[in-house]
Amino acid sequence: MSSLVGRNLLAGPEPDVTENSGYTDPPPRMGFFTDTSVCIGCKACEVACKEWNAIPEDGLEFTGMSYDNTQGLGADTWRHVAFIEQNKPMGRAQAGVEHAGAAGGGPTDMRWLMASDVCKHCTHAACLDVCPTGSLFRTEFGTVVVQEDICNGCGYCIPACPYGVIDQRKGDGRAWKCTMCYDRLGGGLEPACAKACPTDSIQYGPLDELRERAALRVEQLHDLGVEDARLYGEDPDDGVGGDGAFFLLLDEPEVYGLPPDPVVTTRDLGSIWKHAGIAAAALFGGLAAVFTVHGRNGAGR
Amino acid sequence: MSGDGTSGSETGEGATGEGGPGVSKEGVHGERPGREAEIGKGLARRNGRRGRRRGERAMVPEAEFTSYYGLPILNPPTWKATDIAGYFFLGGLAGAGSVLAAGAQLTGRPAAARAMKISSLAAIGGSTALLIHDLGRPARFANMLRVMKPTSPMSMGSWLLGAYGPAAGAAAVLDATGLFPRLGAAATAGAAVLGPLVATYTAALAADTAVPSWHDVHRELPMVFAGSATSAAAGMGLVVSPAREAAPMRTAAVFGAVLELAAAKLIEHRAGLVAEPYKTGKAGRYMRAGEILTAAGTAGGVLLAGRGRTAAALSGAALLAGSACTRFGIFHAGVQSAEDPKYTVVPQRERLTAAANESGNGARNGSG
Repeated sequence: MSSLVGRNLLAGPEPDVTENSGYTDPPPRMGFFTDTSVCIGCKACEVACKEWNAIPEDGLEFTGMSYDNTQGLGADTWRHVAFIEQNKPMGRAQAGVEHAGAAGGGPTDMRWLMASDVCKHCTHAACLDVCPTGSLFRTEFGTVVVQEDICNGCGYCIPACPYGVIDQRKGDGRAWKCTMCYDRLGGGLEPACAKACPTDSIQYGPLDELRERAALRVEQLHDLGVEDARLYGEDPDDGVGGDGAFFLLLDEPEVYGLPPDPVVTTRDLGSIWKHAGIAAAALFGGLAAVFTVHGRNGAGR
Repeated sequence: MSGDGTSGSETGEGATGEGGPGVSKEGVHGERPGREAEIGKGLARRNGRRGRRRGERAMVPEAEFTSYYGLPILNPPTWKATDIAGYFFLGGLAGAGSVLAAGAQLTGRPAAARAMKISSLAAIGGSTALLIHDLGRPARFANMLRVMKPTSPMSMGSWLLGAYGPAAGAAAVLDATGLFPRLGAAATAGAAVLGPLVATYTAALAADTAVPSWHDVHRELPMVFAGSATSAAAGMGLVVSPAREAAPMRTAAVFGAVLELAAAKLIEHRAGLVAEPYKTGKAGRYMRAGEILTAAGTAGGVLLAGRGRTAAALSGAALLAGSACTRFGIFHAGVQSAEDPKYTVVPQRERLTAAANESGNGARNGSG
C-alpha cells in the first residue's frame, strides 16, 4: 500500500499517469484547453460531438432559463455550452476594442459568459477507480474511456464523478461519456469538438504544451485588465491530480456549474476501507460478546 | 448586433459620472466583482422542495452559494431505491445473521441456528438478485468478476458475495439436510467470518463516491450499517427462534440498536451541512421512522421477553422494518445531497477559504 501512495496512484500529482497504467513508451498525454474568454456560445462543439460519435438525440427541451437548453453533461451530451448572463462589467475581455468610443461612452455593465464543458479526463479519475468491471480504462493518450462492450450498467461511476460528467443512457442501460474522440486520436486527428470550434476556444494538444499556453493566456488577459481570468483544473496539486481537460474561466467555477474544489473520492480509500473493517470487527466482536455473556443454552439459566 | 441602439440609450444616462475608461456606474472596472450569478440565483430549484419542518432551519443557517441556475453539479445516482437500499438491507440481514447463526450453534441453540442460516441464505439471494436487477445490462453481471479492484468496493463486494454466498448456502442446506456435518460447520464458520464484511462493505460502496452526504460521513457510515445489520438480524432471530433460545437475540438487538442509533446521531452532530439531508424530506422521514421502529422493537424485545411468541415476533418485525427504513433513509439522503448543488459547493468553498486562510496567501490560489 505504501508503494501505491508513494507513487501517488490514488491522489496527488502523478506525472506518469499513462506509464503507471501499464503502457511502455506511450505518446505524450493529450488534453483539452478550453479558453472560455473567446467562446461565442455557437455550440458547434456540441453538434460536432453528436455527429462524430453518433450520440442519440436526448430531448429537444426548452428550459426558459437562458440560451442554454442542453443544461449539462450526461450520457448523450459530451460537450455542453453553458450560458450565463451577469450584471457585471465586461472589462476588456474583447481585446482590441476601444470601449471608450462605444455607444454610451464606456463598457457595459452586463456581460455574457459562455463556456464549453467536457469530461475532465482526470489524472485520478474516480469513475475509472470505482468501475467494477474494468470497462473504464486509461488510454495510451492518458485519457479515460468507457468500453461499451464490457460495461454492465452498474452505475457506480455516475455518483463517483465529482464533476457530474458520466451518466447512464436511458433505454440502453450503459454508462457513456466523452472519449476525447479516441478513434480520431488514434488516426492522428484532433477531436471533433476542437476541430469544429470556430474561435479556437477549444484547443487540443499535448497537456504540457497546453498548460504553458494557458499560463501565457492568463497573463495576457490580466495585462488587458481582465482580472477575473483564472485557470481551472490545470493544477497537478489539486484534488484530482489535475485535469486532462482544463479551462480558462472568467468567474468562479460554480457560476459555470463546476465544483470549486473537486476531490477524487478514492483519495480517502484507505480511510473508507479501514472504517468498514473496524465496523465489521465491531459487529463480530459485539455478537461474540453477546453469546459469551449468555453462555451455553440451559447452562446459565 | 441589433441591440446596440437600445443599449446605447440606456447606458447614456448613467454614463455622466464616469471619470474615464474602466470606470462604470458599478465602480472601478477591473476591480474584482462579487460573485453572484444573478440569473442563476433567481431560479427556484427544480424539484421545488423547500419544506421547512420543525425548526430544521435553526440548525443549519441557510448557506449562501452560487450555482448554475440551481442545477446540480453532480449527476445523482441512477440506482433505484428499492434495488440498492434493499440490497444494503438484505446484505446486512444476511451477514449479521450468519454471525448469529454460528453463535447460536456454538452455544447449543440448534433451532435458532438453523433458522438464521436459512434466513441468511434467503437474504443474500435476495440481495444479489436486487443488485443484478439494478444493472443496466443484467445479462452482463458476470463482468463484475472480470477484474479484482481494491479501489472499487463494488468489485470487492462482488468477490465477497462470490465467497460468502456459497458458504451461507452450504451452511443452510447442510444443516437442513443433516448431511456432512463437518463441512456444514466449516461453512457456518466461513459465513460467520465473511458475514460482517458483507454487512459493512456496502457502506464503503456508498462512501466511495462524490455524493456529499455519503462520502463526507465515511467514518461513521460503516458503524450505522453494522448496527442496522445487527438489529435486523436480531429482529429476524426474535421472529424465528423458539422462546427458550431467543435470549441472545434480545441482547443482540440492544447492541445493534444502540450501535445504529448512536452512529446515526454522530452523523447528525458531526457532519455539519451534509447531515442536513438526513433530517429533511423523504430521507428525514425514513431516518425518523427507522429510529422509532428500532427503538420500539428493542424495547419490545426486552420488556416483553417471555410474553409469548407474538410479542417477540412483533418486536422482531419492528426491528427489521427499522433497519430497512434506516437504509432507505441513507439512500435518499445521498440522492438528495447530490441533487442540490448547495451540498457540493458550500463545503468545497469552505475548504478553499480555510486553506487560503491557513496559508495566509489566498491571493495565490487561482480559484480561491
